[in-house]
Formats: sequence, structure tokens, C-alpha cells
Amino acid sequence: MKITRLLTDYGMLIVLGLLCAFFSVTTYSDQSPKGAAAAQEVAATIGQQFGRTPRVLIAVSDQPDDTAFAAGMASALVAKGAHIVATAKGGPKEARDALVKIAATGGKIDAIACTQVSGAWLVFADLKADFPSLGDPHVITPPSYRWPNFLKSENLMNIANQIAVIAIVAIGMTMVIITGGIDLSVGSLLALSAVLATRFIRDYAGGLEASTGGMLLACIAAIIACGLVGAFSGSMITRFTIPPFIVTLAMMLVGSGLAYTLAKGEAIYQIPDSFVWLGRGADALSLPNAVVLMLVLYALAHVLMSRTKLGRYLYAVGGNSESARLSGVPVKRVLMFAYIASGLLAGLGGVIMASQLKSGSATYGNMYELFVIAAVVVGGTSLSGGEGKMIGTLTGAFTIAVIQNGMNLTNVESYTQKVVLGLVILGAVLLDKIRQTR
Amino acid sequence: MSETVPLLTMRGIVKSFPGVKALRGVDLALGTGEVVALLGENGAGKSTLMKVLGGAHQADEGTITIDGQVTPFHSPQDSRRAGVAVIYQEFNLVPGLTATENIFLGQEVTRAGFVAQVPERERAAALFQRLGVEIDLDLPCRRLTTAQQQLVEIAKALAFDARIIVMDEPSAALTSHEVERLFVIIRELKRQGIGVIYVSHRLDEIFAITDRVVVLRDGINVGERPTNQITRNEMIEMMVGRELKDEFPTRTSAVGPPRLEVSHLTRGRAVQDVSFTVHRGEILALTGLVGAGRTETVRLIFGADRRESGEIRLDGKLLAINSPRDAIQAGLGLLTEDRKLQGLVLGHSVRENFGLPNLERLSRRGFVQLTQEREEFAGYIAQLKIKVSDQEQRAGNLSGGNQQKVVLAKWLARNSEVLIFDEPTRGIDVGAKFEIYLLMNALVAAGKSIVMISSELPEVLGMADRILVMHEGRVTGEIADARQATQEQVMSLAHA
Repeated sequence: MKITRLLTDYGMLIVLGLLCAFFSVTTYSDQSPKGAAAAQEVAATIGQQFGRTPRVLIAVSDQPDDTAFAAGMASALVAKGAHIVATAKGGPKEARDALVKIAATGGKIDAIACTQVSGAWLVFADLKADFPSLGDPHVITPPSYRWPNFLKSENLMNIANQIAVIAIVAIGMTMVIITGGIDLSVGSLLALSAVLATRFIRDYAGGLEASTGGMLLACIAAIIACGLVGAFSGSMITRFTIPPFIVTLAMMLVGSGLAYTLAKGEAIYQIPDSFVWLGRGADALSLPNAVVLMLVLYALAHVLMSRTKLGRYLYAVGGNSESARLSGVPVKRVLMFAYIASGLLAGLGGVIMASQLKSGSATYGNMYELFVIAAVVVGGTSLSGGEGKMIGTLTGAFTIAVIQNGMNLTNVESYTQKVVLGLVILGAVLLDKIRQTR
Repeated sequence: MSETVPLLTMRGIVKSFPGVKALRGVDLALGTGEVVALLGENGAGKSTLMKVLGGAHQADEGTITIDGQVTPFHSPQDSRRAGVAVIYQEFNLVPGLTATENIFLGQEVTRAGFVAQVPERERAAALFQRLGVEIDLDLPCRRLTTAQQQLVEIAKALAFDARIIVMDEPSAALTSHEVERLFVIIRELKRQGIGVIYVSHRLDEIFAITDRVVVLRDGINVGERPTNQITRNEMIEMMVGRELKDEFPTRTSAVGPPRLEVSHLTRGRAVQDVSFTVHRGEILALTGLVGAGRTETVRLIFGADRRESGEIRLDGKLLAINSPRDAIQAGLGLLTEDRKLQGLVLGHSVRENFGLPNLERLSRRGFVQLTQEREEFAGYIAQLKIKVSDQEQRAGNLSGGNQQKVVLAKWLARNSEVLIFDEPTRGIDVGAKFEIYLLMNALVAAGKSIVMISSELPEVLGMADRILVMHEGRVTGEIADARQATQEQVMSLAHA
């Protein structure tokens, strides 16, 4: 009893876990630390091998990771009391120049701190023969180890950041589907919101010189505009009892058309660099801000659905709207809430997307409504309404993201990815059905 | 019966579901041209037995013999091939198709791959002629009355030469007039040699139409007798397994001042200028034929439909009721006729169903107080003796009687002043019926008022203080003292 309930509630989580395990195994490979972390390791090794005041040459390429490595190396070595003879940045040529210079002045070197890349340069291959005067320098590179590419923290962050937009929009979609409806307009609203937010910033908040307050106002205005579209859909559905599929299909066309008209068919990018804070920044615990926002929204939505009167009403309306109405549930207001929430969250998704891509375009969010619905359905929410959980939707969104990411890492062709994704959606729902009939 | 070669013999039928043994070796025989009543409380196994016969369930053990031949019953197709037609309570008709299309659904008459509409239509007309009734063959079934839809089901059975017809609660949605007509048809079927298994809770009908009574309890046979050799009380005792003193509990409550006053309520032709008053501590019965406008009237009072005119007063105060929500806040409660479609959210837990009209009171700043909800509901489970495995059980998994008790608990917790019971005991077994009657008595004793819609005249006479009879949307009569009324009196007003 307990176990079956556990399976019913968390079956999809188990599937997600298995997927992660599968991709961890298939992407298990050699890893080399990079940047500041690698510098720490190399500094520690040098400290152990050469005592208190080793004489060190730092040789790196001019990649950003290597620059970070060099900087980290310098501060770590200075802290240990080592003597940095020179720092060679660029390629093998710069490294040779540095060695020649040191040799010319009669200097000696104990260690050459390298990254994986610079450590393999031919100039360091036979130092004893080439530069006998330098003593016996050792090339120290960061130790390599084996670890799944999939499980690297930057890859996991990448997955979370990639799916944040879809997952946030899926919160509203879950509410709508739980009431027994559907919202096909979210993809278009995403585009509309991105275009509106960037246009407001470009035209009214000062463009590239826009202040934080101005950008905030522009984003809020864009989100509210999407909320109003949701309210319009909701009122068509409740007042004239037009099926949600038809109403939101119409709004999908309207929203997309408006977005193209407002953007005049081009991308809007005249916005300040600081605008990417929401989409690319990472403040708390080095988690991306969009992911933090997503988690907060899920926590709130979960509480709303499971603990509040409104949540109960959403389920009741989807379970049996006539019974709900005759029990005194304000059915129309509940439906209005669901569609407005879906509109607002789609608007928020658009703002995040504009921030991630640092521009606004009417092409954003194309087909997203399908991914969002897929996330909800894979998460176990019934399209006939009355059932479903926010946690399920989050799991569903991550399942889709993990599959896409995993296939990218394992070099599956993008056309094949589509086929797999389609089958996975079908499989997840099939699994749900089998579990229910058992 | 013993002389006739049995048309159908079911022997030692056993059927288990996870956790329940629904049938524990049931025997049933049916002769040619015989009408057998299958009786039993809800959960006794009647429906399961009939589903085995219809091929919807497969028996774990036991044999089914038709004309002395053991016949496999693995699927509805097997059952149909063996000449068995089961007419379930919820009809198996496609609402958008016509009577003809429904009758021949799955066995279309075709010519060169196309449906031969004219011959189909002629054959359908012939079938209805055989039944002695006329039905518009071109109307979609959804526009036919319940009684007409039932006739379509019977015609469908005849269309594939069924020799055994099972009718599950055939009278549940029929007026007494329509039931009479159904009986004429059943007698005609009898004459044509068709065996009928008649499942019903209404004992009067059992006496009127059946030849033999078979009683089930807890999945086994507990008695079998020719109908003319058994009394009503004996039947009930067999079903419930105990002696039953009275079908309706007595009540000694005093009727107080006026409570709910309804005046000039009108909506189209369904409800025309209906006025009445319910008093404190009173049960007012609203009766009449199906379609007389009783349910429509209470829906107007409850704000479920929009009224064209009319006023509703509670304790002298005019109420502005424009939605069920308004009505509930004013202190009204409605137990709908159809619990499954209107009374409960079947897929949700009984606790959530219980809480639904009470969430305003059970929540603080929008948050539902789960502990309080659970405690209150536990109280009602004990008080109303609701049989649930736990509070999280799905409402759809309960028997009719327990579903009705959950609905009742909803409104009791709401502390509604005026409760409207629309067919409160439809599809509910004898034992649970009595408990619901007791509860109604307790409610009026506590000063509540009850409006009860019922098509069952014994219930109307046995429970009400006062009777209001409706016909074609109008109130056609009032009987001030229900205790002195007779069934004939009520019927004559209903047919006014």
C-alpha cells in the first residue's frame, strides 16, 4: 500500500533518476580541472614537491579558463611564499621566449605550472637538453580524473537554466490543465512578452543606458500585458463557454501576430548589458538566478495547490465543475485565475528568455506550448482535469531537459532527438496509464 | 417453472476482486417466458452477477448453461452470441445517433459496403411495432425521453434476437405511468418466450411483474420463492438479514413558523408561477411525474439555473440568489438527484468532497486547516456510519448509500437551515434508506426545514408532513396532512 502510493506519487522521479544514471554512465570520461580550481591543485602539488620557496614559471594559453588559472595560480603561489619567475601567456612561442629570457639571465626554475593544454606543448618536452642552465624544472599539470560529463556541475546548471523558462510556464499550464482546460497561447505570449519588454526598454526606458528601475518597469508591463491576454481568454471561456482549446488557439495566433508586428520582424537588442542578470547571472550559491526563481515559484505553487482553498477549488472545478458549482465554488472566478496565472507566467518566461538571449524577437517560444504541455503530461497530470501535482510537472520538465541534454552530450543527431523525445512523452503517459489500471 | 426446460442456468458462480469476494457461489435459473426478480441490498452482488452474465466480468468459477449447453462467457460478444442482452442503468446509447443507428450499431445492415438505411429503418420500425410503441426513428437519442431511450435499448436487444434480457433498475428514472407501460412491454416479451431478469429496489414492482424472487446477500443466495408466496416484509428481511419493523421511522416533531417562502417562481415552460412555503421543522414533499418541473423548481431556488421571475424569502428576508454560492451562503443546501454527476467529485477523496462547500469556514487566510477538516469529517463518519476505508478513499469507489451520506455530511457541516433532498434514496439499499430517513427526522427535530423531491409514493406518504404535487411546471395540488393521504389521491393530482 505504502510502496504503491510511493510509486504513484514519485514514479516519474524514479524514471528521471534512471535517466540521469544512464547518461552518467554513457558520458563517463577523462576530466581535467580548469580555471581557479585547477590552480589550487597545481599549487598544492608544487608546495609538496619543492618545499617552501620554489621558483615557478606559469605558462598558459590566452583562453578565459587559462587566464583564470594564471590569476588563481599567482595568488595561491604568493600566499605559499613561492617565487614566480615569470608568467607566459599566449602560446608555445611566448613560453619559449620566457624560457630563453630566464636562461639568458642565468635564472633557475623548479617548476612550470601548466594547464592540461599548455602542459602538452612541445617546448616543454625536453627541457634538460634545450635549456640545461635552468636546472631541473618539472612540468606540473592539474591531475586528470574520470567523471561523467553529464554530472559536471556546469552541465547540471546548464540543464536547469535551459529548462527554467519551460518549467516556469508549465506552472500556469498545470493549473489550467488541472481545471480541465488547456492554454495553447503560452508560446506566443512568451514571444510577445520578450518583444514588449525589450521594446519598452529600448523606446521608453533609455535603451542601452536604461536604469534598473526602468528595466524592471518594462518587464512588469510586459508580464501584465500577457496577464491581460490570459484574462481575455478566461473571460471568453467562462462567459461564452467557448472551449479553451479554441479560445487559446485563437490567442496563440493573435499573440504571435502582435509580437511580429511590434518587433517589425527584427530582433530588438538595444538593451543594457545588465539586463542579462535575470537570465545569466548567478548570485545565490552560484545557482543561476532563473533557476532560483523557478524553484521559488514551484515552492509557492506547490503550497497553493496543496494547502489553500483556491488550490482545492482548482482541483474541484477540473474534477467535476457542476458538482463544484453546486457546492458553492465560484467556478468562473477560479477559471479566470488559472488563465490569468498562465498568461502572467508565460509573460515572465518571455522576460527570462529575453534576458538569457539579451534580445527580444517574435520568433521566441515557437512550439513552446507543446513542450510545456509535454512537461505537464509527462509529470502525471491528467488532461481530463482534476488530477496532477506541481512536483510532477517539475519532474516532467527536467525529464525532457535531461533527455535533450544527454542526447547532445552523446552526439545524437537533432532530428533523431525529436523522435526520441516524442516516444518518451508517449512512454511516460503509457506508464502512467498502466500504473493507474493496476 | 420446474416443468419448463431452463433457458438459463448459472451455477456456482464465484467472482473475486482485489480485496473482495463479490460472488461466493451463486446459482440462478431462468425459464422461457419467465420474469425473475433479482433482489438484494447494494453490494449483495446483483450487479456483479449481471455483469458476469453480460460478459463484462469473467467468473472465476462456475458454469453458465443456455438451453442445457454449457456456454463460454468470456466477453460481451460471447454473451450477445448466446442471446443475452443486459440493459444497464446507464444506457449504452450514443447520444448523437438516432434510434435506428443505435439499434444497429455494430451490426449494420449493409449493401456493397454502404449502410442500407431504408431496410434498417424498416426493421427498426418493425421492432417497435412488436413492442407496441411508437418512437421517432430520426431523432438523435439525446432528444428522446429516458423512457424512450429504454425502449431503444429493448429494441436493440430484440434486434439481435436476445432471448434473455436483463434489466438493471429499469424503473429508476421512469414515472409511475411509464413504469406501467414498461410492464405492458415486459408482459409482451414474456408472451414471446423471452426470459427477463428484473433487478430493482422497488418492491411494489417486484410484486406487479415478476414470477419468482431470488434474493442475494453478501454474494450468496439467501432465498428463492414464487412471488405470490412471499410477503413484502419477508423479502426485506431476507435482503437485510434481520427483522424489519418499519420502513419509515416515526417522528414526533412540531412544525414551526414559516421558513422558506417561494413566490411566483418562473422559468420557461418547465416552471410556471410556483409558490410555496416550508416551515421550521417540516418535511415538505414535492412530488409528481418525472418532467413535472420539481427538480427544475429547486434548481431555481438554489440558483443553479437563472429564474425569469419570482422571489425567495428566508425567515421573511428577501434573498438575492443568483448562483448556488449565494444560496449556500444564505443557508440553503441541495442534495442533487444525480450524485455522480452533480453531487460529488468522484475522482477526489471523500474528505475533499466533504470540505468543498465548507472551505470558507475551514480555512484561515486562504489556507485550508487540514487537521480541523479531518477531525470534523471523522465526527460525521462516526455519526452517519459512513463506510469508508479511510478519509482519502475516492468518492467514486463508495456504494450509493455511502455516497449519499458523504453528500449529506457536506451539508450538515455547512449547517444549512433549509435542505433540499432531490430523490434522496434513489439507488440506495433498504438498510441505508432507513438510516437516511432517521437523519432527516433528526434534522427537522433540530429545527431545520426539508424539501424532499421523491417519485416513490410510499416514501412521500411515509416521510412528509405536507405534500405538494406538480404537473407540467405548475403546482396542481397540496395535501396538508400527508399522514392521511393515499397513493391514489396523489396520483390523481399528478395526472391533473
